[in-house]
Amino acid sequence: MEKFTQLKAIVAPMDRPNVDTDAIIPKQFLKSIKRSGFGPNLFDEWRYLDHGEPGMDNSQRQINPDFILNQPRYQGAQILIARENFGCGSSREHAPWALLDYGFRVIIAPSFADIFYNNSFKNGILLIKLDAELVEQLFKDVEANTGYQLDVNLATGTITKPDGSVIRFEIDEFRKHRLLNGLDDIGLTLQHADEIKAYEEKRKQQAPWLF
Amino acid sequence: MAGKTLYDKLWDAHVVRDNGDGTALLYIDRHLVHEVTSPQAFEGLRLAGRKPWRVDANLAVPDHNVPTTDRSKGIKDPVSRIQVETLDSNCTEFGITEFRMTDIRQGIVHVIGPEQGATLPGMTVVCGDSHTSTHGAFGALAHGIGTSEVEHVLASECLVQKKSRTMLVSVDGKVGTGVTAKDIVLAIIGRIGTAGGTGYAIEFGGEAIRNLSMEGRMTVCNMAIEAGARAGMVAVDDKTIEYVKGRPYSPKAGQWEAAVAAWRDLHSDGDAEFDTVVRLDASTIQPQVTWGTSPEMVVAVGDKVPNPAEEGDAVKSDGMQRALAYMGLEANTPITEISIDKVFIGSCTNSRIEDIRAAAVIARGRKVADNIKLAMVVPGSGLIKQQAEQEGLDKIFIEAGFEWREPGCSMCLAMNADRLEPGERCASTSNRNFEGRQGQGGRTHLVSPAMAAAAAVSGHFVDVRDF
Repeated sequence: MEKFTQLKAIVAPMDRPNVDTDAIIPKQFLKSIKRSGFGPNLFDEWRYLDHGEPGMDNSQRQINPDFILNQPRYQGAQILIARENFGCGSSREHAPWALLDYGFRVIIAPSFADIFYNNSFKNGILLIKLDAELVEQLFKDVEANTGYQLDVNLATGTITKPDGSVIRFEIDEFRKHRLLNGLDDIGLTLQHADEIKAYEEKRKQQAPWLF
Repeated sequence: MAGKTLYDKLWDAHVVRDNGDGTALLYIDRHLVHEVTSPQAFEGLRLAGRKPWRVDANLAVPDHNVPTTDRSKGIKDPVSRIQVETLDSNCTEFGITEFRMTDIRQGIVHVIGPEQGATLPGMTVVCGDSHTSTHGAFGALAHGIGTSEVEHVLASECLVQKKSRTMLVSVDGKVGTGVTAKDIVLAIIGRIGTAGGTGYAIEFGGEAIRNLSMEGRMTVCNMAIEAGARAGMVAVDDKTIEYVKGRPYSPKAGQWEAAVAAWRDLHSDGDAEFDTVVRLDASTIQPQVTWGTSPEMVVAVGDKVPNPAEEGDAVKSDGMQRALAYMGLEANTPITEISIDKVFIGSCTNSRIEDIRAAAVIARGRKVADNIKLAMVVPGSGLIKQQAEQEGLDKIFIEAGFEWREPGCSMCLAMNADRLEPGERCASTSNRNFEGRQGQGGRTHLVSPAMAAAAAVSGHFVDVRDF
């Protein structure tokens, strides 16, 4: 996993609540057996006017000019601001893979769905929960200023606005530690292999029908 | 000190180690695997040179991509076919038991786990699928995971977890005639909202839940995730134990008594404290129909499509307007005046024998309405299909004009050939009415199996209690 420390980048707004993972990456693209290449199909049904299928040349497709991420002012955005319950629905990790492949490293919203939250951190995407009023103000700031950028620093837990004002955010210590260092969860867990084996031995005595 | 909740008991029994940073290493007893969320995990194992930690804890089945029509010719869509073949080859390579597409035991992963006794009370059960919450109906701790965690479980039989908060949803009293588990859970979601359970493990209790069959409890737990909770669960009772008895993976004679004795403790203690308690009066729950693009957008069948102008919250009102535009509906339209194009009876929510029987009761001696282009019944597994055929249910459906299909996820998410065309409206027994879920531009209304069958023979939504 790529580590995350600090990022200053253009911000794009996704102004609707309950954005689900079916919207983030529609089901037909889940047939891929790879982890990469989902970016061109991020928000496929909103982003294009025609129907997308795996294997299409997306550069030849009809772009929906009304979709927010297609507007010139948001090109190159790496920070997304969103509304309540972003990432609800299916557990598909293809959703964070698509967001990451598109270029997003930070998503800021009042709340996220649990499984999506977990999946995103495992792929080096920083999800920041802020009070709804603070997010509302960010939506207004982004709308009012073309090229609006935020500077996000994970180590200090701060978001710095263009005017120098600072928003503080909280992240679970264990997530912060892993993300700052780009740590591999499986490697860390397998350092405790002896404890897992000991647990299994004990459990076999208590509940042999589980083995 | 207060007693323990069911969730506390399940959690405590599975902690391998406290990591000291707010997380624990939690042991996983059962890992269910399907073709969509596993290929990258197996690839990860190969790249790291790792082997599955405990092969016999895994059970695999292809379900999302499989055709529900004649399977003798294989899968037509080459991309779907490769994904199913990849599962086959991964299971062969790593020695994992798989019920392949032509095996009678094949079916939807959340149907076959309990059907085989591979889901047992007291277990931790995970799967790369959000509807894994289904298995909590057995007094198990069960939740969906992403592909990184699928790989983690394969490699270590553990997950790094932070403990959830606890919520009791108590449905008190008795439901009226014609009100099913699906209506109960839709009413719960309507009450607490699609994010109401975020961060929580929900225990469903109360008289109305205790009165449900195991199939009904699975329907309720299945949709815990639609209320935002990764895990839903129900305490063990006689029904649980009776259901589990004698299944292929259930404890055998020598271990059965000890297992049952242990399972008897799988309930929240009388003095356990939950972080949140929500109570519903079962007698007030009516048959439910969703009108929008989120499961929380739900009303009783006798109600009207709500008016966004009457919603005080601006973000919500905006979301309602967008949903109405997508669904092609006007505010204040009576639900029973909404006509439909297709009917889907199936999915991990409602494809068990009890669901199929409930739909058959309505379909018997009636005909699918002329305006319905397709009404399909997709059993949850090959064994359920076989049982339904032994009971003659297939003939009832076919005579009424329904299609009787092979088992799989089918039009719940339309990864196979079963889907809605743009603008088509569907009465569906599945779990998600998201935009595009059943096909791009498709319009989904979530209902119970009996309500779906009643809509099929009427051509529009009707109150099943009028039948």
